[in-house]
Amino acid sequence: MTTMMAILIGCLYAAAIYMMLRRSMVKLLIGLILLSNAANLLIFTVAGLERGVPPLIAKGAETVVGGSADPLAQALILTAIVIGFGVLAFAVVLLHRAYEVIRTDDMNEMKGTD
Amino acid sequence: MSRQFNMRSLILSTGTTIILPLLLLFSLFLLLRGHNEPGGGFIGGLVAAAAIALKLFADDYPSAKALLRVHPLQLVGIGLALAALSSLPSLLVGDNFFTAQWWTLPLPIFGELKLSTPLIFDIGVFLGVIGTVLTVIFTLVEAEH
Amino acid sequence: MDMSVLIALPVIIPLIIGALSLVALNNHGVQRILGVLGTAAVLVAAIVLLWQTWLNGIKVLEVGSWPAPFGIVLVSDLLGAIMVLLAAITGFATAVYSLKTVRKRFERFGYYPLLHLLLAGVNGAFLTGDIFNLYVWFEVLLVASFALLIQGGERAQMEGAIKYVTLNLLSSALFLTAIGLLYGLVGSLNMADIAVRLQQVEDPKMVTLVAMLFLIAFSIKAAAFPLFFWLPASYHTPQVAVSAVFAGLLTKVGVYALYRVFTLMFTGEVDFTHQILLWMAVFTMLTGVLGAASQYEVRRILSFHIISQIGYMMLGLALFTPLALIGGVFYIMHHIIVKANLFFVAGMMYRLGGSFELKQLGGLYKKHPGLALLFMIPAFSLAGVPPLSGFFAKFILIKAGVEAQAWWAVAIALFVGLFTLFSMIKIWNEAFWKKAPEPAIEVPAPYRNTALYWTTGLLAAMTVAIGIFAQPIYVLAETAAQQLLEPQRYIEAVLGGAK
Repeated sequence: MTTMMAILIGCLYAAAIYMMLRRSMVKLLIGLILLSNAANLLIFTVAGLERGVPPLIAKGAETVVGGSADPLAQALILTAIVIGFGVLAFAVVLLHRAYEVIRTDDMNEMKGTD
Repeated sequence: MSRQFNMRSLILSTGTTIILPLLLLFSLFLLLRGHNEPGGGFIGGLVAAAAIALKLFADDYPSAKALLRVHPLQLVGIGLALAALSSLPSLLVGDNFFTAQWWTLPLPIFGELKLSTPLIFDIGVFLGVIGTVLTVIFTLVEAEH
Repeated sequence: MDMSVLIALPVIIPLIIGALSLVALNNHGVQRILGVLGTAAVLVAAIVLLWQTWLNGIKVLEVGSWPAPFGIVLVSDLLGAIMVLLAAITGFATAVYSLKTVRKRFERFGYYPLLHLLLAGVNGAFLTGDIFNLYVWFEVLLVASFALLIQGGERAQMEGAIKYVTLNLLSSALFLTAIGLLYGLVGSLNMADIAVRLQQVEDPKMVTLVAMLFLIAFSIKAAAFPLFFWLPASYHTPQVAVSAVFAGLLTKVGVYALYRVFTLMFTGEVDFTHQILLWMAVFTMLTGVLGAASQYEVRRILSFHIISQIGYMMLGLALFTPLALIGGVFYIMHHIIVKANLFFVAGMMYRLGGSFELKQLGGLYKKHPGLALLFMIPAFSLAGVPPLSGFFAKFILIKAGVEAQAWWAVAIALFVGLFTLFSMIKIWNEAFWKKAPEPAIEVPAPYRNTALYWTTGLLAAMTVAIGIFAQPIYVLAETAAQQLLEPQRYIEAVLGGAK
């Protein structure tokens, strides 16, 4: 399972970078979305894929019994998703406004500041 | 006016008047149960923001804005202030910065009510999320006009 | 209650002030007052924090009483406290400068709340002792900087912002990836704890691999060669107060992060990692200064010089000797104040001369001798003319380079210093010395510029003071560098509290 996830994550990164290299702004944005998802999946996978119980300590016990999922990695992903959501929402608004001002979707046309 | 949405329908509009209060109530429910069970400020805020976005689609921009009463950015400000201020009560008691404080209020009929600084923080998150999501949506709507 | 809450103040004050200014969205008067008072409060807190850290050593705050390494800790070592103080100075100067320069239109779009949010993010990044928390603060300051960058909505701003946003988001994603891999490797997020556990990792190649990912991510944020393209494309587009705070602080957060991880965590294969840093530093210096030579717009020249200066700071880290780190810390202290000041002066040149283009400027020395003096001090300090702050910063670094026998780096550092002087003299000749071009550009009605003169004058005085009191500042930088070279102290301060 881990191998499959690793391949999937690799494909996601590759697709993201490919999309970011395209000239269209919208595809650039799709690339960014893929990239943040790939990073989240990566954290999810490196923390260990456990098919087990939630990490709750039963009454009276001192530690979790049996295999349990790592809660910290999931907390990280949750935070990263929220941040990614906020940043990407901003990027969407930015691209929309940029399109209204520049009137083009082509990154090659945006050389005014170089 | 509502040309840009092309979805003005009597059914949606009427349905919204019924669903909207329920959605808002549900968002509060999610917010308050969040400490021990699935839910919390973030998810509750998203539901509330979705409710107001529904109003926007069903009716129009001014009515959705009127429903909120304040500018969504002000909501973000209040939320952020609440979340930041919830870190301070711990200092009065002498605990470390941001340590959770709990107060138990006895209520005559319902038993006891537990209040805490995490709850204040969560309310802050709730308002902040509503504000942020609606700022984004309103900005895009204004750009359409 | 002990004094440890002091560490949280530089983060929590801007957050609260920013939130209050958001609530007072339509009341610009309140926002301005809050802006000045809030940044002044942070300044006081930062001074006390540095003083306390100097007296009592590294201070640690376990947020929410969750013990390290499980909870998030805020750590104030000398480097962190110095950075916070510099950020506070820049923030205060910007708030005062903004009173007279920020237009109503921008205030309506939340200029002040964004400024506070930016400062909270910067201070949070300087103080956190948790690698994931560092990522969060990076994102906070990025979002604020995105929004500040596009205020005004002009075409150049949009183009610059798209490049800035794209590359910084790419960097954030790489940073997150690196954190994920590191967590998989050692199973911790607390930086002190990671440092301990990294020594026990069996495969040092994996550690170096992760270190390289961090290097790329932070180099994009620090605008180091070859990942600097977003900076000259965007930094000259927003209003001057924003440019100044970006120029002073944002790339330095990247530099700080490099200093932190490459002194605390990734010191296992110094021969390899710091050699790469050295080459990057050399090329960063060189490309920055050569880029500046071809520009004729004041803010663009200054933007390229940020890049070349980043190279000097990285040089200090790359040589990794005690003297080099002292030089690096000294350089950061000098650079933040001088760079922000130069952008402030550029803004005044625009107001008094009517343009940012050197070809259209002229005769400013005759009309505004005070401004000419205020330009000369930071400009010559940037170039490293004695006895100003930049001279000592460059001198320490070059001495360290000679001691480490990194002759190429020394030669290039000297050459870049010379070229910086050339650039500054170019601005001086064109804008101040030569006769005003005919026909003269229309300058808008005269303003009362007292507040602006005070701000830039204060920062210029600091530059001179760093030069005059170089000895005590050197001792401060020396102690900070010692703490960096002995990560054991940092680790004990963080993890010792848990026992």
